[in-house]
Amino acid sequence: MGLKTPLYENHIREGAKIVDFGGWDMPLHYGSQLDEHHAVRGDAGLFDVSHMAALDLGGPRVREFLRYLLANDAAKLQAPGKGLYSCLLREDGGVIDDLIVNFMTETWFRMVVNAGTRAKDLAWIRSHAAPFGVTVRERVDLAMLAVQGPNARAKTASIVPAESRDALLALAPFVAAEIAGWFVSRTGYSGEDGFEIALPAEQAAAVWMALRAAGVRPAGLGARDTLRLEAGLSLYGNDLDENHDPLASGVAWTVAFDPAARQFVGRAALEAARAAPRFELVGLLLEDRGVLRSHQRVMTAGGPGEITSGTFSPTLNRSIALARVPAGTRGTVTVEIRGKALAARVVQPPFVRRGKSLISI
Amino acid sequence: MSDIPSDLKYTKSHEWVRPLPSNQVEIGITDHAQAALGDLVFVDVPELGRRLKAGEACAVVESVKAASDIYSPVDGTVVASNSALASSPELVNQAPYAGGWLIRIQVDAGAAAPSLLDAADYARLLADEAH
Repeated sequence: MGLKTPLYENHIREGAKIVDFGGWDMPLHYGSQLDEHHAVRGDAGLFDVSHMAALDLGGPRVREFLRYLLANDAAKLQAPGKGLYSCLLREDGGVIDDLIVNFMTETWFRMVVNAGTRAKDLAWIRSHAAPFGVTVRERVDLAMLAVQGPNARAKTASIVPAESRDALLALAPFVAAEIAGWFVSRTGYSGEDGFEIALPAEQAAAVWMALRAAGVRPAGLGARDTLRLEAGLSLYGNDLDENHDPLASGVAWTVAFDPAARQFVGRAALEAARAAPRFELVGLLLEDRGVLRSHQRVMTAGGPGEITSGTFSPTLNRSIALARVPAGTRGTVTVEIRGKALAARVVQPPFVRRGKSLISI
Repeated sequence: MSDIPSDLKYTKSHEWVRPLPSNQVEIGITDHAQAALGDLVFVDVPELGRRLKAGEACAVVESVKAASDIYSPVDGTVVASNSALASSPELVNQAPYAGGWLIRIQVDAGAAAPSLLDAADYARLLADEAH
């Protein structure tokens, strides 16, 4: 028996197939993973993401601390509520976790980290926070929901008090605000518009029911994975890990080398890696029939590579993957599947965004 | 509860076997197996004429989640495969014992009778696996 979120009973009532995910009993699907995927692309889906950890960082030097701790630069966060995606690095550049941090006030930043990395993240962050006098509080009192899809915002607006509706709908992409007693962020992990909502755990079941009544369909971790992979979004433990730096993991864009004077954990290692790139993360579209899976071997003109995440794309009706390959790999590669060498085309992720295919089939 | 038709035989690896005239058998995966795999997205069946040994991996069914091997329950030769599955693998989910059949095998003359489970034995196997 694993850990349970405040929505566990809701999942059981909805007929979820429950699986272990990072020590948590989570819904894989509620009947059909494919139907849930299409519901998010075409309408609105509801995910329980309460297994992820919300952390409140407090103190007068919290911004200075984050500029040291993270590979992306918290100085970019000037408007209150604004969020930043970043990697948390070791000194050698290995990725400890990927996370989102929101600037709320000069003495309060909210961070959300992955479930499976919660304990090591907390230990790492606390050990570095002490010299800055920054406090780290784990918000175990909160549940988290993600409402994703083209109709997600309108359907969420239909269940909040009338006086909160305008503020909710005015929220700009990648910005969070406290609305109707919730912490609402216009972010997600699906490639669709929508919200991620942190709210008091005791409200979670009622809000879930209200969103269901508003026509938002429950979606499990299975659909969450196919949606994020179509959107070209990294999954920690697959595409990101401690053995690879962000430059070799498809998230080079999140490393802020400028300003050059900013010292952050991992900077020296990344400067060296940038000068001599060896691997990069690319998208693959399988030209043959079959399904790409993580750890399958990729043969390229520049040497071997490996699939980090692979699946069947319900939107494209083809198999897609992210793969770590020698830097500069382009054109066609082959992937070894059960002893056969199948052809795959190197493409630039994302594969799908806002319901539309972004690559030619 | 999963559907276990009483007129079929079963394997411990969750294939069903339907005896046909002329010493042929049709095989597929059980309702329990398709439910455990989830939505199927790809089915790879063997070419016609391929020789199979009992217990040999002869086909692959892949769901969004995972790939799973299908084992031949008998010694024989592949005489038919379900071509509809190439474009509609979901037939295996929708009708595992009918439109979702995988292959037909001509059982070798004189081959030893395969050891298969009847419906009651297979139901007990599922009950044991659930504990």
